[in-house]
Amino acid sequence: MIAYIVRRVCYAIPILIGVNVLTFWLFFVVNTPEDMARMQLGTKRVTPEAIERWKVEHGYDKPLIWNNHASGIASVTATVFYEKSVRLFAFDFGNADDGRDIAHEISTRMGPSLALAVPVFIIGLAVNITFALLMAFFRATYLDFWGVVLCVGMMSISGLFYIIGGQYLVSKLLHLVPISGFAGGTDMFKFVILPVTIGVIGGIGAGSRWYRTLFLEEIGKDYVRTARAKGLRESTVLFGHVLKNGMIPILTGAVVVIPSLFLGSLVMESFFGIPGLGSYTIDAIQAQDFAVVRSMVFLGAVLYIVGLLLTDISYTLVDPRVRLS
Amino acid sequence: MPFEAVILWTDALVYVLIACVVVSAIYVRRHEHLREPWRRVGRSASGMVGLVVLTVFVIIGVLDSLHFRARLATGDPRGSVAYAVEITSVLDRLLRQLKVQSEKTYSAPLAYQLYSRETIDLPDARQSREYPRLRYGGAHLKKPDQERNSDLARRTIAGAALGLVFWLVIGTLVCAGIARTSGEGIDRAWRGVLHGETSWPWRAILVALGALLLTACIAYVLAGRYHVLGTNKVGQDVLYQALKSIRTALVIGTLTTLVMLPFAVLLGIAAGYFKGWVDDVIQYIYTTLNSIPSVLLIAAAVLLVQVYMDTHPSLFPTAVERADRRLLMLCAILGVTNWTGLCRLLRGETLKIRELDYMQAAQAFGVSHMRIILRHILPNVMHIVLIAVVMEFSSLVLAEVVLSYVGVGVDPSMMSFGTMINAARLEMAREPIVWWSLAAAFGFMFALVLAANLFADAVRDAFDPRVAMTKPLRLRVVKPRAAGATP
Repeated sequence: MIAYIVRRVCYAIPILIGVNVLTFWLFFVVNTPEDMARMQLGTKRVTPEAIERWKVEHGYDKPLIWNNHASGIASVTATVFYEKSVRLFAFDFGNADDGRDIAHEISTRMGPSLALAVPVFIIGLAVNITFALLMAFFRATYLDFWGVVLCVGMMSISGLFYIIGGQYLVSKLLHLVPISGFAGGTDMFKFVILPVTIGVIGGIGAGSRWYRTLFLEEIGKDYVRTARAKGLRESTVLFGHVLKNGMIPILTGAVVVIPSLFLGSLVMESFFGIPGLGSYTIDAIQAQDFAVVRSMVFLGAVLYIVGLLLTDISYTLVDPRVRLS
Repeated sequence: MPFEAVILWTDALVYVLIACVVVSAIYVRRHEHLREPWRRVGRSASGMVGLVVLTVFVIIGVLDSLHFRARLATGDPRGSVAYAVEITSVLDRLLRQLKVQSEKTYSAPLAYQLYSRETIDLPDARQSREYPRLRYGGAHLKKPDQERNSDLARRTIAGAALGLVFWLVIGTLVCAGIARTSGEGIDRAWRGVLHGETSWPWRAILVALGALLLTACIAYVLAGRYHVLGTNKVGQDVLYQALKSIRTALVIGTLTTLVMLPFAVLLGIAAGYFKGWVDDVIQYIYTTLNSIPSVLLIAAAVLLVQVYMDTHPSLFPTAVERADRRLLMLCAILGVTNWTGLCRLLRGETLKIRELDYMQAAQAFGVSHMRIILRHILPNVMHIVLIAVVMEFSSLVLAEVVLSYVGVGVDPSMMSFGTMINAARLEMAREPIVWWSLAAAFGFMFALVLAANLFADAVRDAFDPRVAMTKPLRLRVVKPRAAGATP
C-alpha cells in the first residue's frame, strides 16, 4: 500500500511539471510581460518607462528562462521561470499584482469556501442518493416516470436561475435571510443556509438521474435475482445489496472532488458575497491579475491529483476485489 | 447585386457543419444497420418533440448565420457601388422592425408607457411627472388605457387563428401522407394520429408543432405593434435580443464539438490501439489538462486572447468581426479543454475492441494499422462519439452563461443568453423590479436545453447498448389497455 502511494506521488510530479510549464508558456511566452504591463496600465498612451517600472515592481524584468548576465546557478535562478513558476512547487505563491501576499489570502479565504462547499457536497450527496433510491424502488411506476421527467427538467435550468430566483424569493420577498454577505461564528448559519440549499437543489437533477441509472444497472445483475429468489424482501435487497454495491461508483466518483472543495464555487460565492477562494479567483480574472490566476491553476492541479490518489485508495477500501499494484 | 455576401469565420464553420450532417445523413440512409438505431430515435415521442423544437432553433440560427452587407443608395449615375459598413444577417432583415423600433429605456412586456416616470413640460410652463407614451409600443392606440386590452385580445385571437390554420395545413398534409402509405382513408389516418396509434409518434410531434406555431404566430401578430417581451435598459426589444442569442448558443454548442472531435477520436483510438508509450504519452497529456480546473484554464486562455486582440486592433476592422473571432476562439478553447472525457471513453472502448477475434484475424491477414483503425475500430466506437456529442451540447449552452458571468465568455457586444443575464442580473434588486429580460433569457435557454436533453436521451437510448440492461425493467407505464387481463 505504502509503496503504491509513493509510486503514485512520483507519477504526480511529471504532471505538476506539465501544468507548470503549460501555465508558464501561456502566461509568459504567448503573452509577454510587456503585454501584461500594457494591459494593467491601460492600452493607450503608455510610455516605455512606465512599462519598465511596472515590470521591475512586479519582478517581471528578468529574462524568461536563461539569464545571460548572471553566472553559475544564478543564470537559472534569476529568471522569471524560476521566480514565478518553480517556486510554486514549494507553495511559495509570491505577491498578487496588487501587491498582497497570495498565500495569506488563500489561508484566510479557505474557511468561508469550505463552510459553503462541504455542506453542499455532503447534503447534496445524501439527497441525490435518497431520490435515486426512491426512483429505483418505485421503478416502472408513474412515480419513477415523473421523477425522471422532473430531473430532466431541473437539469435543463441554468444554475444562475436557481441563484437569482432563490435570492429574489427568499431574501427579497420573504426577508428570511440576508441577500449576501458573510460572518464568522454562529452568524455564519444565516448567511450560508440559502447558498447551500440552492447548491443542493441545483445539483439534484443531474445527480439523482445519474445515480438512478447506476442503481438500475445494479438491480439488473444476477446476484440481485439470487437474493430475490432466496425470498428476501424487496427493501432488504435494495438497501442491503443494491445500495452497497451501487455506492462503489458513487463514492469513487465523489472522492475525486473532495480536495477541490477547497477552491470553492466561483459563481455561488460571488453572487452571495462570500469571501472565499472562488470569489477571489473571479475577482482576479476580472481584474486580470495573472499572478493569482496562475497560483490558483497550480493549486487546483495539486488538489485534483490528490483527489485521484484518494480515489484509487478508496477503491480498495470499499471494494475488496480491487487490489493496488 | 443588391447586397454583398459576407462570410464570417463562424459562418463558414457552421456551413461546414451543416454539410457534414447532410453527408452523414445520406450515408446513414444507404446503410440499413445504421438506419435501425435512428429509426428507434424516431419512435421516441420525447426525442421527436425535442427534435421539433431544436429544428426551429436551428432554423433561426442558420438564418442568423447568413451575413451580408446591404447596398447603399449612392445616387451616382455612373453606377459606382457602395456597401454599408454594417454587417447584417438575414434574421436581422426579417426582424428589421424589432431592431429599429427601440424605446428610450425599460418598458414592460406589451406596455404602452415607459416603466419609469419622467418630468414632462406642460404647455402652460408647468411640469408634471408621468409615464410617457412609448414611441412604438402601442403607439397606434388613441385611448390606450381603454383600448389596450381589447386590442391585445383581438390580436391574440388573430394570431392564434393564423397559427391554427398553419397547423391544420401541416396536420392534413401529414395525415394525407400516412393515408397514402397505408392505403387507408384520410379520416382513419386522422383517428390513428389522434389516438397515438401510428408507428411514428405523430401525435406528439403535431402537439409540439401546434404549441410552437401558436406561440410564434401570436408573438408575430403582437410584435407588429407592441414589444412582446418588453425593452431593456437602453430600450432595445428583448424578443429581438433573445432571438439573436440563439445563434451564439448554437454555435458554442456545436462548433466546440467540431474542435473537440479530432483530438478526442484520434488520440483516444491511438492510445487504445497502439498501447505502450503512445498510450503513456496520451494519458499524460489528458491527465495534465484534466488536472487544471477547467474554468481557470478557459479563463486563462480567454484572457490571453483578449490581450492579443487589444494589442493587435488592426487585425479586426469591425466590431462584428472582432466579436466573431472571439466567439470562435472561445469555441476552440472550450474544445481544447473538453476533449479529455471523450478521449478516455474511446481509449477504454478501443482497448476492449482490439482484443476481439475479428481484430486478431485482421492483424493476422496483415491489414495495415490505418486500415484496421478506419474499418474495424472507428465504426465500432462511433456510437460513443455520437452520444458524447449530443450530451455535450446542452452542457455547453449552460456553460456559456456561467463563463459570460465570470467575464470570460463571448464579446460583450455580442448578443447571447450570458450577456443578457449578466446585464440584467442587477435589475432584480431594482425597485420596482425588471424581470422580463431575465425571464426571456432563462425561458429561451430552458426551451433550448430541455429540447436538446430530450433528444440526447432518445439518441442515447437508441445507440447505447448498456441502456438495454436497465430498460427491460421499465414496464410500459403509458397505456394500461386490457384492464381485465390477469397474468
